[in-house]
Amino acid sequence: MDDLLRDFLTETAENLDQVDVELVRFEQEPANAKILANVFRLVHTVKGTCGFLGLTRLEALAHAAETLMGEFRAGALATPEAVTMILATIDRIKAILGDLERTGEEPPGDDLDLVTELERAALEARRPPEPVIDPALGRELRPGEVSLDELERAFREAPGPDQDIAPEPQPVAAAPSAPVATAPAAAVHAEAAPAPAAEEGPRSESALAGQTIRVGVDTLDRLMNMVSELVLTRNQLLDTVRRRGDSEFGPSLQRLSHVTAELQEGVMKTRMQPIGAAWRALPRLVRDLAADLGKKIELVTEGAETELDRQVLDLIKDPLTHMVRNCADHGLESPAERVAAGKPETGVIRLSAYHQGGCIIVEIGDDGRGLDVERIRKKAVANGLATEADVEKMSDAQIHRFIFAPGFSTAAAVTSVSGRGVGMDVVRANIELIGGAIDLRSTPGKGSAVVIRIPLTLAIVSALMVTAGGETFAFPQLSVLELVRTRRGGEHVIERVGDVALLRLRDRLLPIVPLRNMLGLEPLPAEKADDVYVVIAQVGEDIFGIVVDEVLHTEEIVVKPMASRLNHIGLFSGTTILGDGSVILILDPNGVAAAVGPSASHDAALTAEAAAPADESDNRMSLLLFRAGSQAPKAVPLALVTRLEVIEAETVEFTGGRMLVQYRGGLMPLVPAGDGAALKPSGPQPLLVFTNEGRSVGLVVDEIVDIVEHAMEISASSYTPGVLGAAVIDGSATEVMDVAHYLTMAYDDWLTRTDRPHEKIESPAVLLVDDSAFFRNMLAPVLTAAGYRPTLAASGAEALVLLRAGRRFDVIVSDIEMPEMDGFAFAAALKAEGLHHGAPLLALSSLVGSFMAERAADAGFHDFIAKFDRPGLLGALETFAPRWRLAA
Amino acid sequence: MSADDHITYVTVDVGGQMFGIAISRVREVFGLERLTRVPLASSEIAGVLNLRGRIVTAIDLRTRLGLPAKAVEAGAMAVGVDYQNEAFALLVDHVGDVLALSAASREDAPPTLDPRWSQIATGVHRLDGGLMLVLDVDRALEFRAVAQAA
Repeated sequence: MDDLLRDFLTETAENLDQVDVELVRFEQEPANAKILANVFRLVHTVKGTCGFLGLTRLEALAHAAETLMGEFRAGALATPEAVTMILATIDRIKAILGDLERTGEEPPGDDLDLVTELERAALEARRPPEPVIDPALGRELRPGEVSLDELERAFREAPGPDQDIAPEPQPVAAAPSAPVATAPAAAVHAEAAPAPAAEEGPRSESALAGQTIRVGVDTLDRLMNMVSELVLTRNQLLDTVRRRGDSEFGPSLQRLSHVTAELQEGVMKTRMQPIGAAWRALPRLVRDLAADLGKKIELVTEGAETELDRQVLDLIKDPLTHMVRNCADHGLESPAERVAAGKPETGVIRLSAYHQGGCIIVEIGDDGRGLDVERIRKKAVANGLATEADVEKMSDAQIHRFIFAPGFSTAAAVTSVSGRGVGMDVVRANIELIGGAIDLRSTPGKGSAVVIRIPLTLAIVSALMVTAGGETFAFPQLSVLELVRTRRGGEHVIERVGDVALLRLRDRLLPIVPLRNMLGLEPLPAEKADDVYVVIAQVGEDIFGIVVDEVLHTEEIVVKPMASRLNHIGLFSGTTILGDGSVILILDPNGVAAAVGPSASHDAALTAEAAAPADESDNRMSLLLFRAGSQAPKAVPLALVTRLEVIEAETVEFTGGRMLVQYRGGLMPLVPAGDGAALKPSGPQPLLVFTNEGRSVGLVVDEIVDIVEHAMEISASSYTPGVLGAAVIDGSATEVMDVAHYLTMAYDDWLTRTDRPHEKIESPAVLLVDDSAFFRNMLAPVLTAAGYRPTLAASGAEALVLLRAGRRFDVIVSDIEMPEMDGFAFAAALKAEGLHHGAPLLALSSLVGSFMAERAADAGFHDFIAKFDRPGLLGALETFAPRWRLAA
Repeated sequence: MSADDHITYVTVDVGGQMFGIAISRVREVFGLERLTRVPLASSEIAGVLNLRGRIVTAIDLRTRLGLPAKAVEAGAMAVGVDYQNEAFALLVDHVGDVLALSAASREDAPPTLDPRWSQIATGVHRLDGGLMLVLDVDRALEFRAVAQAA
């Protein structure tokens, strides 16, 4: 194929995609002459180029389409039929282009069918035009003429020669390639095409096209390699200089270091593309779907400029298309149904993308009927995915997740659009393959949305470095749930059933496999086999443990593909080069999961699931890690800490055996955090400051280590005063401190203060419903300290028992995510029985978002507070159950 | 190929036998610094290594030829070649001289050669010091097919 033809193909394919998008827009805004002019120009370019290359079939088609569009431009009404016809023409052109690409020649045959249709439509559209008298000419415009106004505008909007960056091919002057400019037809209409650069909004992307060049991906990959090499060389250089203590190179080396880092970032950036590139085909798709399904659908996109790696982009294109199809087909109702439901006729499919913590979140939602929980429930039972009894116990969210199960399709009738068996399971598999996660939410009658979390790039991943048999391996952090240290007689013990090793972790039995065995390395000696690290990983539904010798650290690694000769091994997804130049193999969580064996882990996980249905991911909280008295880290919920301070140890005063320090215009008592913790003799002394009602206390710690997000899983509380329990955080057992204990050490009356101005009145009674013992324990002292009388209930049922027994409360605070009876169900039960006696209901949830807030409001909650927003909760309590209320 | 029908070979020693690798296929000759073992890989694969940012698959020619494996040490010599757009390193015992030999003096490999050798050695040159087998890089790297056939 010659270069000219290849250029033509690439260019035309792009132009046609653009035409698709523009035509759909045009149909929605038939009065927008700019869009029409744009479409016209694009089709015209195609026609011109075809003519030049002697592609007669294409030329004839493009010409016929152009003629019809010419009628629109002359003022004919753009009917949906006509637009459909043009779109069909575009499709035919694409088909011919496909053949052209394969064979290098136009396929034989003609397109008389379409051409005749188009010509007929053009004739029909040609009504007697209302005479438009051009004010400047004083007469009607002749065909092909353009009003002076329009010319003027085109002239104004076209960038002048002094603007050296030409955006988007300009009509004639900067037409995409020279041949077009010389094509005789090009000059005739070109003057009417307004400069697209002057267009605002969504066209900005193509306006950039003129400033970009095409670069082969392999070129970028090579660049990337060279940059990695540069980074390694720089590191070696830094190392050498450090060893020799030669400071002469210092400044220039530092400069080199900076430039290298910037270069690396820059090259990474070249791989990024706006996600809008994956969306380009969707307006057309939605339009066609709407026509096919007899629905009215509007597609709204947000965040199209959000950038992600080209490779990831390619991989999510199909899943996105599939989900949009689903929204149109299953999600949205017919116009009649919508009107009956009191909704606007036109349904909305909303596509949005944004960055969040190194990931991209893509949401595909509709304002349709929402998921039909009943139908999914029935279908799940019918398909044997769960038993009748199982589904009864499940929350709506759990039921919703069935649609990700293989072969699950809810469409009662199989339509041409979807319901062909490949469904959300394939979507989920594809998303998980690239290390992403998928979830969905739905409100009956209001719509549903699928939320996808995908890594920004596959080229760089955060990985956990582990060793086995003297070799180091990288395990992608995205799949790692937690690290567990097992020890004989320790908290976590490896149990053996026959040959199978299992790890009991918080009532779950997880299958574990030593990495050494999996990789055919020499097994660990038996005496060491129980004293190991276990990486708990999740792939899809499977949770399993991988036994490793050591856990080193996490590191951002640049992923390089696996050598073809090693691909068949299946346990590795690639290789990477570490800072010291050594090559490390990256373990493939999918391959490892397959090696562990899916059935075993499923069974173990499922039996455990029944025992502990609470979703772990919903129970995460931020913990502040610190050391005090011993090397073992301690933790305290970050939400309770008011401030982190560092004071000079010399400024601490001692009075009556108590430590005090001048703090914010007052004296603040200091308390050592745990046995053995003591004030440093001199120098900077870190403190955790807790403040409540204007009184502060400082906890003396040795060192503040980190802030971590951790599942709120605390093992059985110990009997050590001041310790709530222990949790495994980053692989080490960590004591979680009971803050209330230390507060009372500083002020004996912290929880029972008598000097409050309103103390004579009875404190408002608060009913706190939460399934997490830890959270109840954490919040109760806070509430007490704030002047409330908390009563705790571990479940909705328990709370109902209290209320039915006649207990009255001034305010009821309930967690939303609870097993069996969730917060919504609890609120419904209260309302049904009138048990709350008008007491305000406050919802607490770790899932924050307007969506949840709305749902909570619908369920009858007066306010919705993020679970760890302590000031927010106290503020809401103040509003709904003021402590001075009873004084009046 | 040079105009006067000479082919230039990089000679290497594997298990005491001299092989010649056409210089047109040789990217470079280097000493190993560090090699990462790949668990579960076939025995011919000594491991992977980093050569200026490129991941290179190292093939142990001794194992490939059915000779007893020798522990790979740092400093071991390797011949870097490209095969189907991927980088490979052929681990050898020594790298010798570069010889330009007339194509006319090339003979077919003796039929009595071990099949594992004859698959790789496509010809032979008689030299003063003994025989030099001509190593066919493509065939040397096609061992998976060979292994399956065997």
